Amino acid sequence: MSIRRLSPNQPASFAFTKESQTQVDWWISKFPAGRQQSAVIPLLWVVQKQQGWVSEPALRVVAETLGMPVIRVYEVATFYTMFMLEPVGSVALVQVCGTTPCMLRGAGDLIAVCQKKFGNREHQSADGKFYWQEVECLGACSNAPMAAINDYYYEDLTAESFEAILDDFAAGKSPTPGSAINRTGSAPEGGPQVLSDPKLYDGSAAKPIKKLPNAAPKGKAAKEPAA
Amino acid sequence: MVGILEDKDRIFTNVYGLHDWGLDGAKARGCWNATREILQQTPEWICDQVKASGLRGRGGAGFSTGLKWTFMPKTESERPHYLVVNADESEPGTCKDREILRNDPHLLIEGCLIASYAIRAHTAYVYIRGEYVHERERLEAAIKQAYAAKLIGKGNVHGWDFDLHVTHGGGAYICGDETALMESLEGKKGQPRLKPPFPAGAGIYGCPTTINNVESISVVGTILRRGAEWFAGFGRPNNTGTKLMAISGHVNRPCVVEEAMSIPLRQLLEDHCGGIRGGWGNLKAIIPGGSSVRMIPAHEAETALMDFDSLSALKSGLGTAAVIVMDQSTDIVKAIARLSYFYKHESCGQCTPCREGTGWMWRVMERMVTGEAEMKEIDMLLDVASQVEGHTICGLGDAAAWPIQGLFRHFRHEVEERITNYRIGKPHVQGASLQAAE
Repeated sequence: MSIRRLSPNQPASFAFTKESQTQVDWWISKFPAGRQQSAVIPLLWVVQKQQGWVSEPALRVVAETLGMPVIRVYEVATFYTMFMLEPVGSVALVQVCGTTPCMLRGAGDLIAVCQKKFGNREHQSADGKFYWQEVECLGACSNAPMAAINDYYYEDLTAESFEAILDDFAAGKSPTPGSAINRTGSAPEGGPQVLSDPKLYDGSAAKPIKKLPNAAPKGKAAKEPAA
Repeated sequence: MVGILEDKDRIFTNVYGLHDWGLDGAKARGCWNATREILQQTPEWICDQVKASGLRGRGGAGFSTGLKWTFMPKTESERPHYLVVNADESEPGTCKDREILRNDPHLLIEGCLIASYAIRAHTAYVYIRGEYVHERERLEAAIKQAYAAKLIGKGNVHGWDFDLHVTHGGGAYICGDETALMESLEGKKGQPRLKPPFPAGAGIYGCPTTINNVESISVVGTILRRGAEWFAGFGRPNNTGTKLMAISGHVNRPCVVEEAMSIPLRQLLEDHCGGIRGGWGNLKAIIPGGSSVRMIPAHEAETALMDFDSLSALKSGLGTAAVIVMDQSTDIVKAIARLSYFYKHESCGQCTPCREGTGWMWRVMERMVTGEAEMKEIDMLLDVASQVEGHTICGLGDAAAWPIQGLFRHFRHEVEERITNYRIGKPHVQGASLQAAE
């Protein structure tokens, strides 16, 4: 478990912007009537996208929107580690994956870069532009080591390429996410060794299938199940 | 040829994202072909075919997917049925579902429709881990295309009303457990539920629910199109089909690749990944199924096959087929200690053995890394691990214990050596440093 508490410095109030409100309504509409509580994680995420972090007044607004006790929203916000409970860097939130598959391929170097550039983890950098933390497996292990910067994945990093990307962010640019060594997705370095058969892509797979394999002889005994 | 699976037999033909992920591209690659004919068969027929194909759940547990579907009530009642797709891919080493979500999303959508029909559900939710923002956007876009083309939705061309929604989590590994996922989907902390009741009886909102992994669902359409025998023709009996395998760690070219089940582990690494860094002789150990399974040392990896039975005979497991490779340069104790930290961080805190045990095991492991421990603590650690294992509601307690057990099963001598070396030359009587100073 990780200990997570709300920041001691909180803004006075929170309100959804118009764009956020559209998203809020869209999320709530996905769930059955009376089950709107299901939208609490997406709504907190909308808050985080609007505000940069999740503040205490926002928890109350979410609770009110979904008709649930504030303490339940509080529980969710402190349980799920993606919700930042204090203000993060104005330019970038840098999350370096440090779990074993990335560690084996040099996540330690990336962590050292962050330490050097921004100071201690889980604090804003001196200029307030960056905030970094080490996170657990982000699920891009074949492209290790990697870091998520403002939600998008930067993969196959080295200390040098990582530093260059961070410098770009500091200079106000937005570097393209993806592999730093130009791999296509998770294909092996140097290009895929499989899926080279042109027949897969010439549309022959889309030809109508005359009869499904093993289909029941006169097919459909009952198309709809007895309801 | 590379590996043993031919290109013509691959299900995920866009796994690297080289082609159009959208509806037109997916259709050209055979997706959505004959879906209508499939839905004209009975749900029982679909379950039987999937059972006959030998498809076992791809999320780690390896339970028969077709059999799971038959656990759902046979008739609809006032409680609607639900399908939930577990896309909370967080197991360290695993990055296969991500490729489906972002590059072949229509295979997943089609699979959801077929599976929902088979379990008589009209609504499905895909629960994606929160960090997969790009993948979620891609899937949302693909679903939008499917709705626009009337492939899904109310009054769609397939004749089975079906709504598909995407929702997401907040960065909690525990939500990969099916009951924790349901709690999270209901808007609560992701703390697993006791079973029974099983999800097929009372799942989300107390309604009958089936939860499947992304890959299990995505392969269903192709299995039915090409026939259960085709799928069952790969791999050994009881371990059939093709499987996305993700290789990470100390290989020359890590990648995700679809291969036939039961491919020899060594062939997988040498054909697809360019071999171990520094050659096969440089291999130290392999974790073959995601961080939660026990590691196997190099000499066992030599003959291991990538399937459920072969790996469980080696006291490991196929899990999600996420192969983590460690060469001789690896500080293997540190690697496992890092996993212990992961489990400590991700424990939900509900069951005492796990909440307290994972933290305790991590702290002891950290001391083992430097050697600053007592010899007898090794046995104590294994004893605690065995007390966490099997005494928790969900599998996270087991998952935290197994990597440690695997380490000591094969590399106990290394830890003992460290402890000995730490003590050599270190004063261990009071006042020894004063004596030395004089």
